[in-house]
Amino acid sequence: MIAALRTEVRKTTTTRAWWINATVMFGYMLVLAAIMAASFVLSIRSEGASSTGLPGGGTLDPEAIASSVYTLAVALGYIFPAVLGALVVTSEFRHRTITPTLLAEPRRTLVLVSKLVAVLPFAVVVSVAGVVGTVLGGAGTLALMGEPTFLSDTDMVRTIAMSVVALVLWALVGVGFGAVLTNQVAAIVVLLVFTQFVEPLLRILMAQFDATETLSKFLPGAAGEAIAGSSLYVSSGLADLLTAWQGVLVLLGYALVFLVIGRLTTFRRDIG
Amino acid sequence: MTSTFDADAGVVAVSGLTKRFGAVTAVDDLSFTVTPGRVTGFLGPNGAGKTTTLRMILGLATPDAGTVTIGGVGYSERPRPAHHVGAALETASFHPGRSARDHLRVYAPEVGVPDSRCDEVLSLVGLMEAADRRVGGFSLGMRQRLALATTLLGDPQVLLLDEPANGLDPEGIRWLRQFLGYLAGQGRTVLVSSHVLSEVQQTVDDVVIIAKGRLIRESSLADLEKQARPAVRVVSPDAEGLERLVRESGWLAQFEAPGIAAISDQHASDVGAAAFAHGLELHELRAAGTNLEDLFLALTSEQTS
Ligand SMILES: Nc1ncnc2c1ncn2[C@@H]1O[C@H](COP(=O)(O)OP(=O)(O)O)[C@@H](O)[C@H]1O
Ligand SMILES: [Mg+2]
Repeated sequence: MIAALRTEVRKTTTTRAWWINATVMFGYMLVLAAIMAASFVLSIRSEGASSTGLPGGGTLDPEAIASSVYTLAVALGYIFPAVLGALVVTSEFRHRTITPTLLAEPRRTLVLVSKLVAVLPFAVVVSVAGVVGTVLGGAGTLALMGEPTFLSDTDMVRTIAMSVVALVLWALVGVGFGAVLTNQVAAIVVLLVFTQFVEPLLRILMAQFDATETLSKFLPGAAGEAIAGSSLYVSSGLADLLTAWQGVLVLLGYALVFLVIGRLTTFRRDIG
Repeated sequence: MTSTFDADAGVVAVSGLTKRFGAVTAVDDLSFTVTPGRVTGFLGPNGAGKTTTLRMILGLATPDAGTVTIGGVGYSERPRPAHHVGAALETASFHPGRSARDHLRVYAPEVGVPDSRCDEVLSLVGLMEAADRRVGGFSLGMRQRLALATTLLGDPQVLLLDEPANGLDPEGIRWLRQFLGYLAGQGRTVLVSSHVLSEVQQTVDDVVIIAKGRLIRESSLADLEKQARPAVRVVSPDAEGLERLVRESGWLAQFEAPGIAAISDQHASDVGAAAFAHGLELHELRAAGTNLEDLFLALTSEQTS
């Protein structure tokens, strides 16, 4: 297991994809958080706290603005750690290195579990980069506009720290997803489409009916936000969330279910 | 490196192996044995089932029937199999962004060797100068060398190489020949697949020839060579002189016409030399027998229906 972990860690350190991922996430979240912070502040200044133009018709006070902005990485940026995780598996198929991988370690379950564990340090780097970018962009903009940043508020710090946890779990979901859909392009496209379009739409639609509203909390994006304990969706009055622990379990559940499906399908077939 | 290998541990035994892909039976009830201390050529035309067989030997593909063992044990049942068996499949697979050294460093922990072994195998295959270059920029020949280096990481007793001469220049092929001979000389088992016999003819001691997934021939190369019979076609304006030469040399010959002879079991060089010694004028001197490659083609194209 130690040997397999070292091999898996080296697979990532010897390629550039992971720090490109971290750098792009940092920059993207920095800009996104700055824009969102500025537009929230401007909208309450011009129209008052009661009308923010949010789809749920919720209200945003300064604290809600801060927490919505600081959790943008969890609400919108989780595609980055998810792709990081997926690539751990799909790049082996894309470059056909899965053959030497399975020659060196034929126990396929061990290979998959090693990938799941070995992605953790890189997931932490990417997630911290994303969250730091978000907070820098968001708090910087709020401070520049003379608004409170709430960065000394312990609840806020906890939310920020927990959003790192949520993002790291997203990387595990990515690994599992990559094991199911090993075609790299397909995996990235499906992840993008699901996280950026399908799930947000589903959450808005499912929030309309009591029966489906509960179910919508178990969507992976909602579970990630539950871990952070706050999000734009909640502030906008669209939905409430599971508890943080439930969120952790739900995301871990997605990761493991995907991994098991991948092990029983792609990784049971002939490979190489 | 040690030369004291347990011979039994080096035997690759393939028995009744069968693999179907839909309607195609890629490997059909195939049995053969690969012995240590010799280089065995695993030969057959494209699509004969060589790669599929190797994938089953290596546990990458599951046979529909039959068994494969290496030293009595299935590849996947071995802890740290790369320590015992070094294998490279035909599509040498590398991440293009990794350097040659990093490629080896990735697998070193799982193979169970220290990082210093990476540079050792790079020197063995003559890639030390390219150690820090990205594999994406490597030529096919360099990739073949790196694939070979990867198989050598664990200093394995058994080497299974799929088309290792593909993409090598003549100098590279000569190098590979000497290198594989050296490894087999240490008592290792070396199996090399190829779709052209001539490519490995000077390398291999034994041959396993397959076509359409079935075994055609399993023998030593020497036995196969006996089956390939040379012949020479000679044309001379001096019909009588030619008949005399054939008679005096004790050759078996058929005269197609006066002055035109097909001489069996002789090489063109010998016939030419004898004619020169007899002062016989020749207008044509041509090898007309089956050489080894012809025999290989005949074996693999006929006996398969
Ligand atoms: N994964 C696969 N799916 C379907 N057919 C395959 C697959 N792999 C090999 N084949 C078929 O099996 C036969 C043997 O192929 P292969 O083992 O690659 O031959 P060789 O290595 O001797 O050239 C060919 O007809 C090939 O098309
Ligand atoms: Mg092949």
